[in-house]
Amino acid sequence: MKKDIILAGVGGQGLLSIAAVIGEAALRSGLFIKQSEVHGMAQRGGVVQSHMRLSDGAIYSDLIKEGSADLILATEPLEALRYLEYLKGEGMLVTNSVAFKNVDPYPQDSEIRERIEALPHHLLIDAVAIAKEASSIRCANMVVLGAGSPFIGIPESALREAIAKVFSGKSATIVEVNLKGFDLGRDASL
Amino acid sequence: MTTKLLLGDEALAQGALDAGLSGTYAYPGTPSTEITEYVQRRVRAEGLDVHCRWSTNEKVALEEAIGMSYAGKRAMVSMKHVGLNVAADPFVNAAIAGANGGLLINVADDPSMHSSQNEQDSRLYTDIALIPCVEPSNQQEAYAAPAYAFELSERMNIPVLIRLTTRLSHSRSVVKMGEKHGANKLAPPTDRRQYILLPANARQSYRDLIARQPQLLTESETSPFNRYEGGADKTRGIIASGIAYNYVQEAYNGACPYPLLKISQYPIPLASVRRLFAQCDEVILFEEGYPFIEGKLRGLLGDRESMIHGRLDGTVPRTGELNPEIVAQALGLPHMAGLPHSDILVARPPALCPGCPHTDTYRALNAVMDRFPQGRVFSDIGCYTLGALPPHEAIDTCVEMGASITMAKGASDAGLAPAVAVIGDSTFTHSGMTGLLDCVSEDAPVTIIIFDNLTVAMTGGQESKATNRLAAICRGLGVSKDHIKTIVPLPKNHGDNVAVIAKEVDYQGTSVIIAVRECVQTLRRHARKGGTK
Repeated sequence: MKKDIILAGVGGQGLLSIAAVIGEAALRSGLFIKQSEVHGMAQRGGVVQSHMRLSDGAIYSDLIKEGSADLILATEPLEALRYLEYLKGEGMLVTNSVAFKNVDPYPQDSEIRERIEALPHHLLIDAVAIAKEASSIRCANMVVLGAGSPFIGIPESALREAIAKVFSGKSATIVEVNLKGFDLGRDASL
Repeated sequence: MTTKLLLGDEALAQGALDAGLSGTYAYPGTPSTEITEYVQRRVRAEGLDVHCRWSTNEKVALEEAIGMSYAGKRAMVSMKHVGLNVAADPFVNAAIAGANGGLLINVADDPSMHSSQNEQDSRLYTDIALIPCVEPSNQQEAYAAPAYAFELSERMNIPVLIRLTTRLSHSRSVVKMGEKHGANKLAPPTDRRQYILLPANARQSYRDLIARQPQLLTESETSPFNRYEGGADKTRGIIASGIAYNYVQEAYNGACPYPLLKISQYPIPLASVRRLFAQCDEVILFEEGYPFIEGKLRGLLGDRESMIHGRLDGTVPRTGELNPEIVAQALGLPHMAGLPHSDILVARPPALCPGCPHTDTYRALNAVMDRFPQGRVFSDIGCYTLGALPPHEAIDTCVEMGASITMAKGASDAGLAPAVAVIGDSTFTHSGMTGLLDCVSEDAPVTIIIFDNLTVAMTGGQESKATNRLAAICRGLGVSKDHIKTIVPLPKNHGDNVAVIAKEVDYQGTSVIIAVRECVQTLRRHARKGGTK
């Protein structure tokens, strides 16, 4: 088992929580992990990305090589497109479809959708609408994780346990909302 | 066996805690901040007896650590690479004085300048101070480094620099925990002259430091952090230091066909380098940062010039951090193409948060400065540096911590007017106060605006030493009380704030305006916790 995953999004969208959940789940599954992330300037509404590498054997580089990512998992559609050169030809792209427009000019929604739909393997989901179903748009990141979960190479149960662990410092309601978001995202994917 | 998923920074911190750390000192700075934050979290969670409060700046932090080492305890200080410039004086002199309790100086370099104004390589400083350096290549080594380096520091009576780089600082991996070491007992040095660097003592200490260099070289030659891996194909040899070792391993999937010398401890293990050069037709070097090893190997006359390849002959780019592509390309391996780069991307530059107090201060300042096209605004390091970008475009300079007030004064000395300095609360206490004293002593016509958001915001909201102390500090430094003004940067106060700034800009002497409103990020956090600062 070996998965190279690019996580992409905008500061404040909870991308690093997605990384924390996958990391925790991988740790519970006894996998080797390397997860590199960008801190600092990038947090201020800027680009946030993380390279997540999972394997049942030793992992050397903290960074993923171009042309070798199995999955791009994104909380924002333009950010999903930012790293295409890392994606394998047969790689999967899973992204939230709702754009975060804090720069001007910004590509049209139709242009972004067109580029994503032209990719061989992709999944666009409206994570915000789905998160509202789960009762809080704050769990949109877990919806994205749920949608990407069939492609991560870790059992669903381990990811759900990891969500409970990562959010264990919060209230039981918050854990429930995030689990529901994850489940709805997964349903949207399967 | 216990394992934890840790950032390189956190692994180093956990390693230090397990190695009997008694005190950690630091000023926040990306990518080093998480070292101290991790210690603080563990201390809170486990009730450990370890000093872990933030210090006012890196120089102060290092001196505090030297004091703890003097008292016999294991101490460390952490900073980003440019912080070592601030701490350079104690850094070099601590090497002369030596270490009593183990003393670690953790420096996180930022090649490619992800959050910095240069990409200086801290290994060069170890040549000035003549101290050893450990440069972990992965999180497990980052965990192991403190225990090893504390022992080396105490045995060799010398501070040790641990060098991290951005990718290791900010990358997580599974780390196996090791043995726990208890704290040292209080035991100040028996030789009471050791730390008195009067010339007569310092000359002797310096001779002793020089005399220890051969032993430090032997330590490197036998270090568990350095390794000579003999590949069968001798047409090429590879030297890879720190995290660069991982990229070489990645390129050959852990089975490098060439002899590979991994260097993670300095001084450079000369015997291993000689062996590599004797065995191989050519040598390629991969170093994260400056061509530090490469430059030494080439020397000035460089009779082996043609067999050395690295950053200096263009085999590897001269600047920027390494990555798997750069390393594979330099090794002549095929490039794996992914999907084509998207054609519709736009940059998403960092910006001040919605509702940020700096936004209101800059709006008011711009309204005043619009009247003075010849005036300039000298800024500093922090979130407010983003005032350089649209929509504000309010500042003209950002050089290093503290350079706002001092550069404004220098420009004012030259006749530039109005000269305005803008500086954050924590940057002011870090290194703005001394410059203000210079302004006061000459009553220089400089208007200083302190952006007081009650925290060190840029690095994630750490404690600011300036909180509730700024007006008193300015008064204490001698600013006239009639020219210390406080404003609250809110849209509804815009007109009043413009008037205050305009009046002080007109004033032909030193004045300080303190713009106070809490950072929206820390405010939200405090509100969630149900309390206020």
